[in-house]
Amino acid sequence: MLTSKHVVILALLSVAGAVSANEGGHAAGWERQADNEIANLPSLQRGARNFMNYCSGCHSLKYIRYSRVAADLKIPDNLRDEFLVKPGAKFSDYIKASMPEKDAVDWFGKAPPDLSLVARSRGSDWIFNLWMTYYADPASRQTGVNNLQFPGTAMPHVLAGLQGVQTVVWKGVEHKGEDGKPVVTKEFETFEPGVAGSLTPVKYEEFVRDTVNFLQYVSDPTQLEREGLGIWVVLFLLMFTGVAYMLKKEYWKDVT
Amino acid sequence: MSDHAADDTVPEVDESRRKFLIAATAGTGAVGAVLTAVPFVASWQPSESARAAGLPTEIDLSKIEPGQMATFFWRKQQIYVVKRTPEMLASLPSHDAELKDAKSEDSDQPAYAKNDSRAIKPEVLVLIGTCTHLGCLPKTRFTPGDASVMANWPGGFFCPCHGSKFDLAGRVFQGSPASVNLRIPPYSFEGDNKLIIGVDAEHKGVA
Amino acid sequence: MSTVIKSGGFRAWFNKRLPVDQFVADQLTGYYAPKNFNIWYFFGSLALLVFVMQIVTGIFITMHFKPGEANAFNSVEYLRREVPYGWLLQYMHAVGASFFFIVVYLHMARAFLYGSYKAPRELLWVIGMLVYLALMAEAFMGYVLPYGNMSYWGAQVIINLFGTIPGIGPDLVEWIRGDYGIGDATLTRFFSLHVIALPFILALLIGLHLVALRQVGSNNPDGIEIKEKLGPDGKPLDGIPFHPYYTLKDIVGVGLFLTLFAIVVFFIPTFGGLFMEAPNFEPANPVSTPEHIAPVWYFTPYYAILRAVPDQKIGALLMALSVAAFLFMPWLDRAQNKSIRYRGIASKLLLGTFFVTFCVLMWLGLKPADGIYVLLARIFTGLYFAFFILLPFVSKADGNGPVPDRVTYNAH
Repeated sequence: MLTSKHVVILALLSVAGAVSANEGGHAAGWERQADNEIANLPSLQRGARNFMNYCSGCHSLKYIRYSRVAADLKIPDNLRDEFLVKPGAKFSDYIKASMPEKDAVDWFGKAPPDLSLVARSRGSDWIFNLWMTYYADPASRQTGVNNLQFPGTAMPHVLAGLQGVQTVVWKGVEHKGEDGKPVVTKEFETFEPGVAGSLTPVKYEEFVRDTVNFLQYVSDPTQLEREGLGIWVVLFLLMFTGVAYMLKKEYWKDVT
Repeated sequence: MSDHAADDTVPEVDESRRKFLIAATAGTGAVGAVLTAVPFVASWQPSESARAAGLPTEIDLSKIEPGQMATFFWRKQQIYVVKRTPEMLASLPSHDAELKDAKSEDSDQPAYAKNDSRAIKPEVLVLIGTCTHLGCLPKTRFTPGDASVMANWPGGFFCPCHGSKFDLAGRVFQGSPASVNLRIPPYSFEGDNKLIIGVDAEHKGVA
Repeated sequence: MSTVIKSGGFRAWFNKRLPVDQFVADQLTGYYAPKNFNIWYFFGSLALLVFVMQIVTGIFITMHFKPGEANAFNSVEYLRREVPYGWLLQYMHAVGASFFFIVVYLHMARAFLYGSYKAPRELLWVIGMLVYLALMAEAFMGYVLPYGNMSYWGAQVIINLFGTIPGIGPDLVEWIRGDYGIGDATLTRFFSLHVIALPFILALLIGLHLVALRQVGSNNPDGIEIKEKLGPDGKPLDGIPFHPYYTLKDIVGVGLFLTLFAIVVFFIPTFGGLFMEAPNFEPANPVSTPEHIAPVWYFTPYYAILRAVPDQKIGALLMALSVAAFLFMPWLDRAQNKSIRYRGIASKLLLGTFFVTFCVLMWLGLKPADGIYVLLARIFTGLYFAFFILLPFVSKADGNGPVPDRVTYNAH
């Protein structure tokens, strides 16, 4: 006999099924996970330094202050002032880009975006893949490089000195076109090392991970505090619910 | 399918257990309510922006002429910095009897300013430019003998709102509505010419 | 008879001027509710809890939020990063909005299961639907306020819908926006409506909803009227005083709910991009549309219906009808028996299909409108309206069997 319980379970299962079917996206061969470790302070500290050295020339982090980064990442004042704070800026200032916006628009067509929230709007996997998938493409790109995560980007490969420039090996894949006839498109097969950089691939990947880690922190600086507090809140609420439940059971003995 | 209990014997109500459980639930709930209030109340504390704006202010003293006053903003308050001349300093001990609190016993200032000149370095007077009566900005009346202020005026400050008068160390005169001397913020020096408002000379920490 | 005890004297003095004791006696200890409430009956009190939470967090957020194009987005980041515990206020409010709808949908589902909209509770149901409509407006405007990119484009799409109304459409759109495009004028008026006007309207409607409920008394999972079987003391045989039994039971519900709420707020506040959408972490950009514009999940069933129809005007009309259809439930449902428990297999299948359809449409609304999703959206839109069209016939046919004399209750 079909009871309301069955109806509900059916509805929930359909939702669950729909959600899981949704997740079965086809990942391209080059897509990898950023695997953030936001509790890893040394990694975050390296990432902060990397950002200031390689990114902050053009990109601002306008929602966070040097002092906040230093406090959260436990960077002592002297190191903060030497390695983080730009000349002319105060340690309590928000992190601005060095390049004036007007010049940026002149040179690049549009101002390089602020990156305070990029790990939330695009996701840290996206940023990680951006920096891992630059490849040589002198034929079609003025900058000489293209990118698998962000094809056609105007963003130059500012880390080319570190990574070098790799090349992509393509494979032809045949499938049915719109009119039913077979069509061959090229898909990513693998990377091949091209011009070498100053870092080994392992070190470069660590560099990228550290920087993505840092950007993840910047996009949500209260994450660790939030999760730490959350444990206590949930435990307290469970305890409260338990006590309230005992009280309820006691009174409901009256109801027969 | 349940059938309705035809039980005539309702179990005895354990009143003490009920009282205990009510107390436990209410107690836990009250603790929870107080803990929940904490973040809401804390959100009223000055934010990081307020604290950043309220960081110590550095002032180049070489820009101030002797006998002149410069004003600055620190933590939303007007700060008066006066370069006192030897004549101004000489006028200070002459009128103790006319002051309400000549030794600054009842007034509010850091320990290093509880002296005859109410300052670390006598030539530099640092005051919070807020009348201790009801908060107006006292005006400068540095010229001694200015009869429009009062007889035998040694020089100092005059508050236009209700007529409080203060001398060149910020000490309040008798007959003023204000009852204590002008307040002094935490400050310290770095070298001869740099005044830092907001860093306490004693504790060397940010106020 | 006056007592010597000071508190007794004060109590009498107070009650003569404000009838608190009478109120407690009428509404709490003297109000009898059916004893067979099950899990579906928690969501009314939980909805009230979420309402209060949204008001309180909203009050504190308004102390820091700066409405308007220039400052809205920045002020939200300022709140999250620089105000002590500002992040907690913001997450509670954003997650709270989604939880409000989870609770409200489950609350409405209960009415479908047990016929709680049927006589004499038709007006209770209609007022509840007005609460739902006001809540949708409140949530929509709230989402526009932070002025992220999804705020902008979501507002663009929804406001443009009003342009489909024949004759007055384009003028109406400009009137709503207060400008030729979405901007400052729109944001500041949405702020006023979201913070002041709609909360007042919601509070009024919720108050009326509660008064209407107390007037007729609550329904129950068996759909039989407990007031028809009174005991020698004049109280319903199958009823129990609301206080202490349901006050205490609801407190347990609150505890469980807050635990679940806390887990989300503290550990998964964006809920995979469902509660706080990724494109909204970018400022509003009138020249850059996000890849997939979708409203927040609680609107997507209606959004799926809107997109299912290739014609803009008819799509908008169908979407409006899909919401309005709920209003007619008390009159579309012609069964004698209220509860699904005492209806036949056809009714159960029909209702079950409707619940599944609603969920599938919700999922479809989040997906891009291409490929197989288009066909699915059309099929399920058809099923959605089929429910309302078939209900009068199915309910009349198999909703008239015998119902038990007394409620089914298992001690717990």
